[in-house]
Amino acid sequence: MSNDKVKASEEQIAYANILNIGMWFGLAVLTFTFIIYVSGIFQSFVPIEDLPKYWGMKAKDYIHILNAPTGWGWAAMIGKGDYMNFVGIAMLAGLTILCYLVILPILIRKKDTPYIIIAILEVAVLALAASGILKVGGH
Amino acid sequence: MSKTTRVLIFLAVSMILIGAVAVFASTEGSEVIPAAAASNVAWWVWPLSLLVVTFVLGIVAVLGGVGGGVLFVPIIGGFYPFNLDFVRGAGLLVALAGALAAGPGLLKRNLASLRLALPVALIASAAAIVGALIGLALPQNVIQTLLGATILFIVLIMALAKKSDFPNVPKPDALSQSLAITGIYTEQSLGKDIEWQVHKTPQALFMFIIIGVMAGMFGLGAGWANVPVLNLMMGAPLKVSVATSKFLLSITDTSAAWIYLNEGAVLPMIVAPSIVGIMLGSMVGVKILARTKPKAIKWMVIGLLLFAGTRALLKGLGIWK
Repeated sequence: MSNDKVKASEEQIAYANILNIGMWFGLAVLTFTFIIYVSGIFQSFVPIEDLPKYWGMKAKDYIHILNAPTGWGWAAMIGKGDYMNFVGIAMLAGLTILCYLVILPILIRKKDTPYIIIAILEVAVLALAASGILKVGGH
Repeated sequence: MSKTTRVLIFLAVSMILIGAVAVFASTEGSEVIPAAAASNVAWWVWPLSLLVVTFVLGIVAVLGGVGGGVLFVPIIGGFYPFNLDFVRGAGLLVALAGALAAGPGLLKRNLASLRLALPVALIASAAAIVGALIGLALPQNVIQTLLGATILFIVLIMALAKKSDFPNVPKPDALSQSLAITGIYTEQSLGKDIEWQVHKTPQALFMFIIIGVMAGMFGLGAGWANVPVLNLMMGAPLKVSVATSKFLLSITDTSAAWIYLNEGAVLPMIVAPSIVGIMLGSMVGVKILARTKPKAIKWMVIGLLLFAGTRALLKGLGIWK
């Protein structure tokens, strides 16, 4: 009996399993694309040797001077060596949303109303952050 | 002093020296125009040096019981030529990757509690978005100064804060009862199952608003603040607090990381070697952990943060450029 009580809940195990697979997959993609990036096989949006000229600037100046994409604009440029890396980064950053979506049906089946609401709200918060709708005000 | 401790001190000193070389090899200042920002150092030196430094940081972070982000941002921000926007973006992703890697094991062993983490994460992740938006809007010198002050505050917390293995929670509060925030885990050192419950949940949720804002603003991760609130305020056992805090970062940092990503404050050249370096370092750190004296490491981490925090503060105030 006691043995069952110390076991993680069904939703906790489901969350952990998705997290485990997604993390290693995202990390592998990031490592692979970074190797491609530094090898120079694909042309980069900002040539690697020029990058030190720009990485000391504030992000908004970097974007402005290079006319670099913001929000999901990078998705249209994944053929470029540097923006290719954003696939792995976005996978790692998006993994938590996926985990919540996986546990949501379990919480619904258990009729765990407070946590169903919390999970839905969390997905909404993370989706809002990921959407690119929220912008930094100028100064 | 044990051999392992001496090796770690050597690694830490090496890391500072590499950083110092980096800062002198680059141009000074961070509000730079493109031409002035160029340095004579070949581009590949930077990712390679990041890989080495973050590898050492990964070891030190595990041994010191802190997240990678809290070491990464002040050290890389203070001693590398990258703008603090990109360093904070990378810092969040470094902390996120570490939390994602640790999460599955902690959840499966029931040390991290989903029931404890989910309500807290909702508050902290929403606040982290606000923090990220504020952090990216503030001028460079202001954010650098605030970062320095925050790091020095963290040093104070690390040096003075007490921890409680099994805090006494006489009665859970109404909110934690209605959310059924309770759990049980096996404490292997005692060979018995520990049941736990929490109290002061509303006060703790308020604290997580502040923690979330700071995590998003400075890209630090927030384990340094999560653990005292979960452990000392809410009364969760120390192991549950540490594990839940680590898992919590995977949610809090996700929301802030998206803001940095969408605002163009993420450079793969900084992010990828840092993530790989710190994760490899963490794996080595876990193996060294069994053979080290935690107290010596704790003071080494405090020393590192004191140095990096002072550097950030003085850099922000324009005293040490």
